[in-house]
Amino acid sequence: MTKIISGDEISKSINNALNDAVLYSDETAAWVSLEKIHEVCEILKNPDGLDYSFLTAISAVDYIEYFEIVYHLSSLRNNQSCVIKVKCNGRENPSIESVTDIWQAADLQEREIWDLMGIEFKNHPNLKRILLWEGFDGHPLRKDFIG
Amino acid sequence: MSTIRTEPVTINLGPQHPSTHGVFRLRVTFDGEEIIDVEPVFGYLHRGTEKLAESRNYVQIVTLTDRMDYVASMSNNLAYVRTVEKLADIDVPERAQYIRVISVELQRIASHLMATGFLLNDLGALATPLVYCFRERERILDLFEMLCGARITLSYMRPGGVFQDAPADFWNSLNVLISDFPNYLDELESLITTNEIVLARTIGVGLLSDTQAVDSGVSGPVLRAASVKWDLRKANPYEIYDRVNFDIPIGNSGDTYDRYYVRLQEMRESIKIISQCIEQIEPGPVRTETPFFIRPPVGETYSSVEGPKGELGFYMVSDGGISPYRCKVRAPSFINLTPLKDMLTGWKMGDLIIILGSIDIVLGEVDR
Amino acid sequence: MTPTPAFFISFYTLRDLFDNLIQSLGFGASFGWMAGLLAGISISFLIINVMVMSTAFYTWFERRMIGRFQVRRGPNRNGPFGILQPFADVLKLIMKEDTIPDAADKPVFTLAPIALLAPTLMIMIVIPFGTYASDQAFLSNLNIGILFIVGVTSVNSIAIFMAGWGSRNKYAILGSMRGAAMLISYEIPMALGITSVLLLSGSLAMTQIVQSQSIWFILVMPMGFFVFMAASTAEMSRTPFDQIEAESELGSGYNTEYSGIKFAVLFLAEFMAPIVTAAVVTTLFLGGSQGFDFLPGGIWFAIKMFVLIFLLLWVRSTWPRLRIDQIMGFAWKILFGLGLFNIFLVAVEFMVAVELGHTKDDGSLTTEYMLIMAAVNWMVTIIAFVILANFVGKKKYHRPEPTASPLANMGIGGD
Repeated sequence: MTKIISGDEISKSINNALNDAVLYSDETAAWVSLEKIHEVCEILKNPDGLDYSFLTAISAVDYIEYFEIVYHLSSLRNNQSCVIKVKCNGRENPSIESVTDIWQAADLQEREIWDLMGIEFKNHPNLKRILLWEGFDGHPLRKDFIG
Repeated sequence: MSTIRTEPVTINLGPQHPSTHGVFRLRVTFDGEEIIDVEPVFGYLHRGTEKLAESRNYVQIVTLTDRMDYVASMSNNLAYVRTVEKLADIDVPERAQYIRVISVELQRIASHLMATGFLLNDLGALATPLVYCFRERERILDLFEMLCGARITLSYMRPGGVFQDAPADFWNSLNVLISDFPNYLDELESLITTNEIVLARTIGVGLLSDTQAVDSGVSGPVLRAASVKWDLRKANPYEIYDRVNFDIPIGNSGDTYDRYYVRLQEMRESIKIISQCIEQIEPGPVRTETPFFIRPPVGETYSSVEGPKGELGFYMVSDGGISPYRCKVRAPSFINLTPLKDMLTGWKMGDLIIILGSIDIVLGEVDR
Repeated sequence: MTPTPAFFISFYTLRDLFDNLIQSLGFGASFGWMAGLLAGISISFLIINVMVMSTAFYTWFERRMIGRFQVRRGPNRNGPFGILQPFADVLKLIMKEDTIPDAADKPVFTLAPIALLAPTLMIMIVIPFGTYASDQAFLSNLNIGILFIVGVTSVNSIAIFMAGWGSRNKYAILGSMRGAAMLISYEIPMALGITSVLLLSGSLAMTQIVQSQSIWFILVMPMGFFVFMAASTAEMSRTPFDQIEAESELGSGYNTEYSGIKFAVLFLAEFMAPIVTAAVVTTLFLGGSQGFDFLPGGIWFAIKMFVLIFLLLWVRSTWPRLRIDQIMGFAWKILFGLGLFNIFLVAVEFMVAVELGHTKDDGSLTTEYMLIMAAVNWMVTIIAFVILANFVGKKKYHRPEPTASPLANMGIGGD
């Protein structure tokens, strides 16, 4: 059975390597600060350390005051999984650092989040609309999108 | 002597094309015969499944999930209803779990038959292997029609079980199919696996190394062909997979032949699983009573199954109402397209279609 | 020797007929050329019609047979057993609009189908159909018969290139470039296959080749038969060499832009090629119209052609296609080598025969010696194929047992 690492455990491991990157944590996930997400991901991927080599999914959820970006990570070698979350405040031009250079799996998923939710990923190699056509106005998955 | 000036040419393998497995567009830049750049363009089949799910109740979304990977409906259904059950803490009776596993494994065989048939069609064998594969798939679709009345978009499962029990003559037909199928697979293998031309065109073509595969988030037969032994049915067993014995076939080098051969061996393993389930199943209820509008408590969860194309997962956030607040689909075909450029660069035009066919994408899942 | 039939329709007999007719109508001897002209026109008319009709029925036959190979029926709507299907196809194609792309090179575009059809028809000039008397070819028993055939089939490559170029379409040009390269490469194995036949027949005339086959050449030199069959399959661009018109890849290759009558002509030329190839191979390797006496020679010829056509169809419906660089490799490495080896073998055996005195009066080999040659050649061919199949390139296909990558480990974890 895949061991599900709780948010408290993973925040302890991150805090060992990097100070005050984790804002808070609970049973399901650990919330990481917006500026430090790239470094946290590098630490988590480290093959000598926790070895979360497989990025299962990146999702984005629109809670009206803020956007939340959820990273589901898996370690194939240790058969574990954990959840990292980031909060993006503000609805005008939210942006976050891209993790494409850490896991190539993030490439298409981040484009989808940009397309449907409107969250910009800095340093993404090819941030274009992927599921909707070029020139589409708006971001449909947002809660305030009127079709 | 001045050298002749050559320039690369960009060709559009347009959305309508006999062999891109759906409306999928590929802008390829060729230098002579060699591919130097690939840019996939999709979204032609985007129907807004995730947004639609936010305004339908939990039982209605089962029909939405059918139509994502329309070739393998049972797996989509299973992934979705497992997420809802995890979110709302609903138990599933044992007989329902056995029937679910039988349906999903039958669906896996049907999906792999289609993938193999179309791969050989792309190789140019007119349509002869395709027709043989589809003849067997028809028998599986007949079984599905006995179970739930539909052949492709099945909507058989509900949060809490399956919606009706299998009729009495289903088990007889299933036994006949299970006893015939290994012979059929042997026949298919004798025609294809040792054919010189198939070997010459698929061995060593479209390599994907194991580090690249894991880094790109690839899952399913493509990952296993790259020699990474990872299957959710064994790594994180769900339903009754921990009570049956089966192997996980892996490939050697991640080339096209490995991807084809892994699928063929997975079909054999599915037959083993089904015959063990038929022995172990007991009579009983097939559905727990749930309220008409399921209202899961506030929370979120992620749960995934091993579908025929890869890891199919649902990330669901509930706010206590009758519809999910956010229903995100982790679509395996979408993510399996990540290393497409690396798999294709450097190969020739004749290999393009074959490598694309061996990844086995379904556009309904890529675009949702 | 089988007796010649009373009247055999050929150019020569028709010319004699018209000559008598003209003489009896009172024209003088200076009008003898008219007899030749009338005979030529009428026999050409006959041949073209027969070829087109047989191509039409061949398309029907192919679609029905491929249907049976694929566990389904073929066309069965138009007429009993779908026999009127080719007529339905031709009617449909005639009634379609004949489009020419705006940017196309119009003269080249229009001439390409004709350039593809004419050589295929012209090959029928020299095929000896009847019993193997010396003047039983349809139109002419050229004494350079086989050289004429090789020369005429080379026009194929130009025609395919014209078709692609005239269309001004990226896909068409790509397809026709590959086609031209492939067709030119396969000329050489074809010529090598023919040369080995010429060594034993001593003459280029088709009727001579048939007469010198006291033992059919397929038995005497099986390797030559294989080389020639493979090379002709590639010349016709049939599976497994049909990369240039691969339907499941870029559109339809060189005939993407053609519609209407021009497409019908291209289609006709493509399906006439197997019939003509079967006729040539029957003449060269299967003894032409030789056979037992209870059926006339023409019927034996037709039976042998039918067997070869079925073989080509069988291969087409079963095997996948090779990639273009594998096709070129096959021509230049395997077929070229086998063809040269075959010529060498036959030449050595011929020289040995001359040394040991096994020749007949006119310099050709005796039947007993040809039997010995047949036995030796079959053994050599089987040994060569076994070596090629098992030792050359086999290591590439050896698949070791897969070992799991260390990157994933399903066993450990929580429970």
